[in-house]
Amino acid sequence: MPLTGSRDRTSSFLDQRVLDVSARRRETLRNLAFLSPWLLGTGLFFLYPLASTAYFSFTHYNGFGTATWDGLDNWRFVFADYPFFWPALRNTLWLVVVMVTLRVVAGLAIGMLVIRIKRGAGLLRTLFYAPFLAPPVAGTLAFVFLLNPGTGPVNTILGRLGLGEPGWFNDPAWSKPALTLLALWGVGDLMVIFMAALLDVPKEQYEAAELDGAGSVSRFRFVTLPHLRPILGFAVITGVIATMQYYTQPLIAGQVASGQIGGSGQQVEPGYPAKSTLTLPQLVYNLGFQRFDIGAACVIALVLFALSMAFAAALMRRDSVFLGGDG
Amino acid sequence: MTRTPRRRLLAAIAVLSLPLAVGACTGDSGGGKTDNPDADVTITFWHGWSADSEVAAIQATIDAFEKDNPNIHVKVVGGITDDKINQALRAGGPQAPDVVSSFTTDNVGQFCSSGAFADLSSFMADSGVDPAATFPSAQLSYTQYDGNQCALPLLSDAYGLYYNKDAFAAAGIDGPPKTMSEFDADAVKLTKTSGDSYSQLGFMPTYHGYESSISHLAAQWSPTYFTADGKSNVAADPMFAQAMEWQKGLVDKLGGYAKLEKYRNTFGDEWGAKNPFMTGQVAMAIDGEWRAGMIQADAPDLDFGVAPFPVPDDQADTYGKGYITGTIVGIASTSQKQNAAWRFVKYLTTDTDAVVNFANAIHNVPSTIDALASPDVSQDEAMQTFIAIASNPASNTTPASPNGGAYQLTLQDVGYAYESGKDSDLKAALTKAAEQIDTDIAQAQ
Repeated sequence: MPLTGSRDRTSSFLDQRVLDVSARRRETLRNLAFLSPWLLGTGLFFLYPLASTAYFSFTHYNGFGTATWDGLDNWRFVFADYPFFWPALRNTLWLVVVMVTLRVVAGLAIGMLVIRIKRGAGLLRTLFYAPFLAPPVAGTLAFVFLLNPGTGPVNTILGRLGLGEPGWFNDPAWSKPALTLLALWGVGDLMVIFMAALLDVPKEQYEAAELDGAGSVSRFRFVTLPHLRPILGFAVITGVIATMQYYTQPLIAGQVASGQIGGSGQQVEPGYPAKSTLTLPQLVYNLGFQRFDIGAACVIALVLFALSMAFAAALMRRDSVFLGGDG
Repeated sequence: MTRTPRRRLLAAIAVLSLPLAVGACTGDSGGGKTDNPDADVTITFWHGWSADSEVAAIQATIDAFEKDNPNIHVKVVGGITDDKINQALRAGGPQAPDVVSSFTTDNVGQFCSSGAFADLSSFMADSGVDPAATFPSAQLSYTQYDGNQCALPLLSDAYGLYYNKDAFAAAGIDGPPKTMSEFDADAVKLTKTSGDSYSQLGFMPTYHGYESSISHLAAQWSPTYFTADGKSNVAADPMFAQAMEWQKGLVDKLGGYAKLEKYRNTFGDEWGAKNPFMTGQVAMAIDGEWRAGMIQADAPDLDFGVAPFPVPDDQADTYGKGYITGTIVGIASTSQKQNAAWRFVKYLTTDTDAVVNFANAIHNVPSTIDALASPDVSQDEAMQTFIAIASNPASNTTPASPNGGAYQLTLQDVGYAYESGKDSDLKAALTKAAEQIDTDIAQAQ
C-alpha cells in the first residue's frame, strides 16, 4: 500500500534521525569527556578567577567582610584619583617596548655568535645561560650592589675612565635602563631558543643564496629571518606577557636602593626613585594585599589583562611578520 | 596560520596573561568571646621576632604566663610579617593565629576598621583595666582607630638624638643642642667636606637618610594629622610646613640635595655594623633606643651620647618630647578562643613585671605607665633618656588610619619633591596632599 509504504518510509526516516541525534549526542558527550580536564582547569583557574576579578572590581571589598556593590567607584578612583596608576602604567609600557625589544635582539645576537664560534662555544653558552638560572632576588641584589653610585665597582671604573657616573637605581632617569641591563644579563633563555632555531635553518638555502651573490646581510634578511619568524613571535609575545607581570626585580631594586625597610612612621616609597620602578603588578599586590582594597586591585588586574591581550592580538595580526605569513 | 589555531593560541595567551587572579577567599568571621578560659586550651601566638635573643626573651615571657595559667598553652610562631598576618586573618580557620603582634603601628587602623582584630574594650572593661590609667597617651593613640581599641602596646620605641662625643669635642660643642637653630649650627660645625663629598657630615637630613623621615622629624613640632572629623590636616596645620621648611633649610646649609644624596649612597646597611653613625660618617642621627644596644655590640669604641631630639625655637619649653611608636598586639576576630587569648594579651601588655622583664631583655622601652616608672627597668643612661622621652606627655605619634600608612606616603612624596627642589610651592603641594589623603581614606571606607 502506498500509504503504508509512505508511513514505513517516514517511520524509518524518523528512526534514522533519532539514531543520528543519539549518535551525535553520544559523540558530543564523548568529546566533552575528553575535553573535561581542560574545561575543568580553564573554568576553575581562568574563567572563575576572571569573572570574580571583574565582579570585585565593582565592589568595595576588604577581604574580611562581605563585598558591597560600589558601581564604577573603583574604576574612577584608579583612573582619576590614584596617583600611582599612571606612572606605573607608563613604566610598564616603557619596559614592554624597550626591555622586550632589547632582550629579543640580544638573545638573537648572542645565539648567532655562539653557534658560529668554533672554540670555546660550550663555555660561552654556559656563561650566557647561567645568569638565567640565578634567583631573581639574588640577581637584583647583586646588580644594586654593582651599580651603587657611591660605592659600586661599575661607577668606580667609569669614574677612573673619566666617563659619566649614572645614578642607576638611585636616579629616576637611569633606574629603568638599569633594570633593562639586569634583564639583558639573564637573556640566556632566549639565546637557547634562538640557537635551536638558527641550527634548524637548512644550510642549502645559505649556499643557494651565496651562489646568487647574497651578502651576509641579505642572507640574514632573506634566509635566516623568515625561518626565525615563528620563534621571534613566540619570544616577543611571551616577553610582553612576562614584562606585564614584572614584579620582583623592580620591587627589590627600589627597596634596596632606597635604603629604607619601612616601619612605623616610615613608609617604604613605592617605585623608588620617584616612582620610576613602579609597575602595575606591584600596585595590584599593594592595594589588594597590603591596603585591603581588593576592588581597586581588581581594576588594575583587569587593565593588565586587557593590555596583555591587546598586545598579543596586535602582534598576532602582524603574523606575516612574526608567524611566517601562513595565516 | 588558520583562524582556529589562532583562536586557540589567543585562548592560551589569555590563560598565560591573566595577571593575578584575585580569588574570592573570604575570612571566616565566626570568632567570639564565648570560650571558657578556665578550660584546658591551646592558643596560637604569631610574632615577628627572629633574633635568637629576642625569641628567647618572648619565650621567657610566655613561659612565665603559662606558669601562672597552667590551663592555657601557647603555640608560638615567630618571624611573622604583616603580609602573612593579613593573609592568615583573612583565611581564618584552625591554623590561623588567635593572638597576633606586629612591629608597625601603621596597620592598626586597617586591623580595627576591617574587623580583622577584635575590639578589646569590652575585655578591658570586664577585667577592670582602665586604658587611660594604664598606657601613656601616645601608645593608646596608635593602638586604636575611631574609638575601636583593637590592639594594645607591647613595648614601645622612642626616638631621640644620638651624637658623637668625640666629634662634638673636636668641634668645640659642649653638649647636645636643644633647639633647631642650635642643631643647625652644630650640624654645620660638625660637617667636614672632602672634595665634592664629605669626610664627616653633621647630620643627614634627607628623608631617605634612614630614620630621618618626615613623620619622625615632624613629631618635634607636635603636628595634628587629622581633624576631629577625620579629614587631613596637613595643609591647615602650619606645623607640617614649618617642619619641611626647616628640613629643606638644613639640606641647603649642608651642601644641597644632590651632594647629600650622593654621600648617602656611600652608607652601609642601616641595621648592620656599617650604619653611618656607627662608622662616624655622620656625627648626629635621629634613631630609636635600639641603636644604643647595636653600638655597644658592633662599635664599642664609639663614644656617643643620647638626648631628646631638639624642638623648634618657639616650642623650647617642650624640649624632651619625641616620636613614639612600638610593637602592637591584638586578638584575631576569627579566633574561637578570645577569652583565653585575652588573658594572654592582658598579661603581655599590662603585667608590670612581664613588661619590664621583656623590655629589659630586648632593649625596648616599656609600654605601661607603671612599667616606665618601675625601679626594675634598665637604669642604663641611654635607656633612661628614652624612657623619659616615652614618658613625656608632649611626645606623639602618627595616628591610625583606615588605609594604614598611605597618608604618610602622600606626605613623604611632598617632602621628596620639596627637598630635591622639584617642587618649590610647599603650600600648594600640602593642599594637594590633603585632598589626596582625604580621597584615599574615602576609597578605603
